[in-house]
Amino acid sequence: MSAPYLEVQGLKAAYGDIQVLHGIDFTVAEGQIAVILGANGAGKTTTLRALCAMVSTEGSIKLGGEELAGRRTADIVRRGVAHVPQGRGTFPELSVEENLMAGAFVRSDADVRADVSRWYETFPVLGERRGQAAGSLSGGEQQMLAIARALMLRPSLLLLDEPSLGLAPMITRSLFEQLVAINADAGTTMLVVEQNASLALGVADVAYVLEAGEVALSGPADELAADDSVRRAYLGY
Amino acid sequence: MPVLASLLGVFDASLDKLSDGELWLAQFFRGLSDGATYASVALALVMIYKSTGFINFAQGSMALLGVYLAYVFSVEQGLPVAVAVVCAMVASSAVAMFVERVFIRPFPPDHVLPLVIVTLGLLLIIDSAAGIVWGFRTRNLPSMFPSGAPIEWGIAQLTWRTIGNLGTVFAVVGLLYLLLSRTKIGLAFRAVSSNLESARLVGIRVGPTLGFGWALAAAIGTLGGSLVVPDLLLEPSVMLRVLIFSLAAAALGGLDSMVGAVLGGLVVGLARNLLVTFLDLSELALATAVAVILVVLLVRPTGLLGSTRVERV
Repeated sequence: MSAPYLEVQGLKAAYGDIQVLHGIDFTVAEGQIAVILGANGAGKTTTLRALCAMVSTEGSIKLGGEELAGRRTADIVRRGVAHVPQGRGTFPELSVEENLMAGAFVRSDADVRADVSRWYETFPVLGERRGQAAGSLSGGEQQMLAIARALMLRPSLLLLDEPSLGLAPMITRSLFEQLVAINADAGTTMLVVEQNASLALGVADVAYVLEAGEVALSGPADELAADDSVRRAYLGY
Repeated sequence: MPVLASLLGVFDASLDKLSDGELWLAQFFRGLSDGATYASVALALVMIYKSTGFINFAQGSMALLGVYLAYVFSVEQGLPVAVAVVCAMVASSAVAMFVERVFIRPFPPDHVLPLVIVTLGLLLIIDSAAGIVWGFRTRNLPSMFPSGAPIEWGIAQLTWRTIGNLGTVFAVVGLLYLLLSRTKIGLAFRAVSSNLESARLVGIRVGPTLGFGWALAAAIGTLGGSLVVPDLLLEPSVMLRVLIFSLAAAALGGLDSMVGAVLGGLVVGLARNLLVTFLDLSELALATAVAVILVVLLVRPTGLLGSTRVERV
């Protein structure tokens, strides 16, 4: 077990007066896939938003030993954190290609073009529709585009908020297969919030279960998948 | 029945005018010239609307400030008018960035109503301030373009000014298109316009990007004001009238379409001049603008080229 790459301690987050996270701790090792499970309203999305400073927070968020708490979103992105938000992660009025270019907004290296071609190879449908407005793509294609857009950052940490939302089961499965391949290939650390618990636990290394803004359970994904309470609550058998 | 007689008189006169081909052409040219100026200010409105989702009612006032600066640079300081206008465009951009930073950015960008009220307040403040600084007497800002007309058919003249106004607007649209589609700041601006949250998540600094939009809009508005004011005389409320025609133009074209803004500007300019001439409605010129807005809102709320936002969920 390598040293934690993402180390979160005592993370609290609130929308105005409403406290959503009550001080959660979790870690993700470099190159791992971690999954956050939990019921609606448990604070899963807020956890991801807190990591990107999209909500006001307290507590410590260390990425590779460096403190992120207190920094602005734009700075956190420049440290390699890419976030695919729930549902609408694309720029609907921009073309597919412009979406990918926007994903590389903070990069100034010469490989941006090559990366665009690379994700066209991984997601051929995006290559076919490169000139089309993102808003005209189907839900599944938009989700692929949102993920490719995030990968254009060459992130060291990829945050995915319900990538399966609204997708057909077959598309979801192939999307997860691609995520696993990218994780194996580039060593990108991933933190995934997912309703489809069996699928998520199948690909993840570690898992955290959030309940009412606190970590209720944590451990290696295969152990949690075998846990009776997790099975009943999230896997439904 | 003096009323009826005078109405019939108007009607007769209108019939005479209607068959006057030269008058048609003359008003057509004037309409294009006016339309080009409305189009410029409408473009500025559309830029802000696209990126923020609200109409900047202070856009005309920013242009007013710019035009007064052009007046100071040209008439008072003796710079050539075109140079003075460029200087005024730069200066008004700086003012716009300041205004955006101090009066707009502190408000959350997703609540439009408070922002609209702020822009209405800015309109009143800037227009009054211009009155305090420069007084209420009218002044003459010379046109950037030479007087005279290279092409004439009787009373119908295609003047250098009309040609210049049209040329300027098309050049602005062309440059704006290149700036927004070919540069990184243009991509950032369109990304912010399209999806604020995702724009943050790719590392775009939203505040400065919107400030850039305000600066650009102010420069375009100042240019539009400098085209229109030589026809109207410069006084503190002159841009208010222009703003209303430009709002009609933007509404007609579709509030989020730049090409639509230009098309709308030209149509409103033409409609205004033709209606005023052939129906003798000079007192009601402003009403044509309001009528356009009403008809658009009733018949086609998205305007000619505006987009309906469709969201997949």
